[in-house]
Amino acid sequence: MGIVSPGFQGRPRTQEPALPPGQYLTEDFPVLSAGPTPRVSLDTWEFVISAENGSEHRWSWQELMALPQETPMVDIHCVTRWSKLGTNWQGVSLDTLLADVDTGAHFALAHSYGGYTTNLPLDDLRGGQAWVVHTFDGAPLPAEHGGPARLLVPHLYFWKSAKWVRGLRLKTMDEPGFWETAGYHDYGDPWREQRYQGD
Amino acid sequence: MTEMSYLDGNMLDGPMRELFTVDLSSAMGRCENCGTTGSMASLHVYSHAPGLVARCPSCEEVMVRLVRGPDRAWLDMRGTTYLQVPMPMEQTFPGPL
Ligand SMILES: [Zn+2]
Repeated sequence: MGIVSPGFQGRPRTQEPALPPGQYLTEDFPVLSAGPTPRVSLDTWEFVISAENGSEHRWSWQELMALPQETPMVDIHCVTRWSKLGTNWQGVSLDTLLADVDTGAHFALAHSYGGYTTNLPLDDLRGGQAWVVHTFDGAPLPAEHGGPARLLVPHLYFWKSAKWVRGLRLKTMDEPGFWETAGYHDYGDPWREQRYQGD
Repeated sequence: MTEMSYLDGNMLDGPMRELFTVDLSSAMGRCENCGTTGSMASLHVYSHAPGLVARCPSCEEVMVRLVRGPDRAWLDMRGTTYLQVPMPMEQTFPGPL
């Protein structure tokens, strides 16, 4: 296990309403899933970032755990209208994972065990805004919530935080993912209520 | 040699309306991924999601996605090669033009 750096505070909420428009507060952690839950062994698990020039950066489970660890406490907002405040995670910042990746790409397509995909601007994965997380509330992330590891990008609707994440494909052109090709918004900012295409 | 002629998509309205009022559970569908053909009623539908996701019971690939917004809906059937729909004997589609 790497070094844990505590104290990440998330977005300051002093000047803002706690909930984005159209959201309600839940204390539960609803399980949403578009398919069967993949069961991924830690022995074979890997996370791969492939750059637009074809080069690949690969981490095994042990290698991920050896990277500096962060403990983000963040609010999450699902497009199905529930929000959960102050959730506790542990994982590796995408800043760390992208540090040695030589790329001029502006977009990323996250892809998962089980086939799910979602697209994000690469800038939204940088600057302390995104993590690959493996621990929730101090315990290993359960498979139904995306374990062994999921993406965590809390400033966008939660469908962007791909469960069972396996890697990122960096792209010069934006390529919409699973829900983005079926009516959902390309970017998905909950504070601007970008739920569907054209919102 | 004359050019191939076509009609604009408005002509689909009548025939498609007839299709989309049928009970889908009586239709057969073919999975684009594995070729399995079976009743649409046999698909595995995941509904605890931002939309409905219907998967092939054989290979689990997505055959249908249906997203319902407040004033719009999106139907994505790229995973379904065709639908076979039972039709009344008398009503036929327009023949080749
Ligand atoms: Zn199939």
